[in-house]
Amino acid sequence: MAKPVLEIENLRTSFNIKGNYYAAVDGVSLTVHENEIIAIVGESGCGKSALALSVMGLHNDKNTKLEGQVNFKEQNLLSLNRSKWNKVRGKDLAMIFQDPLTALNPLSTIGRQIEEPMDYHLNLSSTAKKKRTLELLRRVGIKDEQRIYKQYPHELSGGMRQRVVIAIALACDPIVLIADEPTTALDVTIQAQIMDLMKELQNQIKSGIVLITHDLGVVAEMADRVAVMYAGEVVEIAEVRELFVNPLHPYTRSLLNSIPSNLSDKERLHVIEGIVPSIQNLNRTGCRFAPRIPWVPNDEHEVSPILHEVETGHFVRCTCYKNFHFPEEKVGEPNYVTT
Amino acid sequence: MIKFIVRRILVMIPQLLLLSLIIFVVAKAMPGDAVTGAFMGNPDVTPERIEEIKEKFGLNDPWYEQYGRWIGKAVQGDLGMSYAHKQKVTSLLAGRVSNTVLLAFFTLVVTYLIAIPLGIIAGRWTDTWADKAIVTYNYFSFATPIFVFALLMLFLFSFVLGWFPSGGSVDIRITEGSWEYVVSKARHLFLPVMSGALLLTYSTIQYLRNDIIDTKLKDFVKTARAKGVPEGKVYTRHILRNSLLPIAAFLGYEITGLIGGSIFIESIFSYPGLGQLFLQSIGTRDFTVVTALVMISGIAVIIGTMLSDIILSIVDPRIRVE
Repeated sequence: MAKPVLEIENLRTSFNIKGNYYAAVDGVSLTVHENEIIAIVGESGCGKSALALSVMGLHNDKNTKLEGQVNFKEQNLLSLNRSKWNKVRGKDLAMIFQDPLTALNPLSTIGRQIEEPMDYHLNLSSTAKKKRTLELLRRVGIKDEQRIYKQYPHELSGGMRQRVVIAIALACDPIVLIADEPTTALDVTIQAQIMDLMKELQNQIKSGIVLITHDLGVVAEMADRVAVMYAGEVVEIAEVRELFVNPLHPYTRSLLNSIPSNLSDKERLHVIEGIVPSIQNLNRTGCRFAPRIPWVPNDEHEVSPILHEVETGHFVRCTCYKNFHFPEEKVGEPNYVTT
Repeated sequence: MIKFIVRRILVMIPQLLLLSLIIFVVAKAMPGDAVTGAFMGNPDVTPERIEEIKEKFGLNDPWYEQYGRWIGKAVQGDLGMSYAHKQKVTSLLAGRVSNTVLLAFFTLVVTYLIAIPLGIIAGRWTDTWADKAIVTYNYFSFATPIFVFALLMLFLFSFVLGWFPSGGSVDIRITEGSWEYVVSKARHLFLPVMSGALLLTYSTIQYLRNDIIDTKLKDFVKTARAKGVPEGKVYTRHILRNSLLPIAAFLGYEITGLIGGSIFIESIFSYPGLGQLFLQSIGTRDFTVVTALVMISGIAVIIGTMLSDIILSIVDPRIRVE
């Protein structure tokens, strides 16, 4: 396998809520390799965005506590001060944000916003910066780059703005790119275009990409490896084919089961009962998914679940996967929606 | 842009005509008129004599005839005679307009010099002791009535300490145009300007502080940080530029407020400006002056609004006029 470029070790991100710290990311370890797309999937509130922002150092220092290590370019990012972190962010480590409608400064031209990271990381003349920016705009699929260069965000459509956001992230040739739900705010046809673009760029730039999403279709199409997160923990990691063919953790299986198959119009949508517990109410001992699979007997779970390597590169947390099966379908239950 | 300004000025004309009509009618509806205001309670003037004078000045004609006469003259730049001051309204206003504009201008400048840095400090470093001190000052300046504060300033700095003159706009013994004249003007302006500015800061501080707190959390600020922009530049290039928009938009209205709203300050410091004249003229039912003054503040409102629009369209590309 290619060489690792970003190593997250036992990362714990806690937020201060009324004086107490609660971990939203609870001991996550993850390695991103060169030229690899690793997808992080999970429900809203499972900690995937908090993880991304922790790696970028974008949480508010005042009410956030970061523990563990984020090793990048032979240094632990978490031990860096602001100004040293700023030398890394935007250059070797870049981020694509979720909502292109709000991610751009409404008062600056597109050109200025793409050039801005170059101001701090690359030693270029203003003509060189402009040349590079126009080239980036072309690379993200914008055809009349001369005109767009001078325009303001409000003059562009959502899809165009997301291309600009991607161009900003690529401005200084990042080694690792973190994409936090890059298509969630876009409509479906544009989503496909943006995903194609990212795949194409990935082939060109060879950086490691962390793709945060809750869209399993996107995962199947884009990712090389997948990490499934639940309640702040990674519950399963595997190569993408392995995960779809042989999903083990009950949560992963429930997620995959929730995808409507389109095979019959009488199919019932699968529903994972209950909700992701909030970080204040989360029971941090034992298997965190246990409350949502109440039919599984207690002794199937580990007391303190750890990640087991069941096959090379395929890790699963807790032992409850071993005998896991879904309960018999209960016809007429209000939780089952007939399509 | 020029087309936009010309269009705005053309729209101003009907607005001003309507305004003048309303003002005229309201002024007429006040009990009494210039003649009763001047001679009321004077035993030497009989009611018959008052009627005679009213007839002579045309004050007994129906209001629309009076309005027609007045507006006809007004468009030619003749606002009529002041009954109380026995001189042309235009020449009466001339000196006072410049005094009020001077007062308004410096009050605004000092207000922004104080409010913008304080607003930025409070917004950037929220919940620090500096922020708490600024917010406390804001509560005080918001809650203190201007006439109390101005009197206090007058008492302290003029009466007790004797550092500044207590009234007027300039020392009358000094010849106009000399350096001493400028110094004297400045010394006379100091107390009214400071009294006004120290209390006016609250809205700007509050707006700026809240807007910065709001903008700090916006996604594009996160984008800027993710680019590796140093924290200071994140503020100057991204947050402040956006947060100063409402302040810029408010500038026009602030000017308007100051031109029309300096009544208390000018009265307390006996500063010969429009506000002081306004109060006197209402007392003497000198309604040619009152209508002229209300027209001036009306024009100030319309110009102020236009100014706000122009400033905003310069700083905000989203509403830029093509």
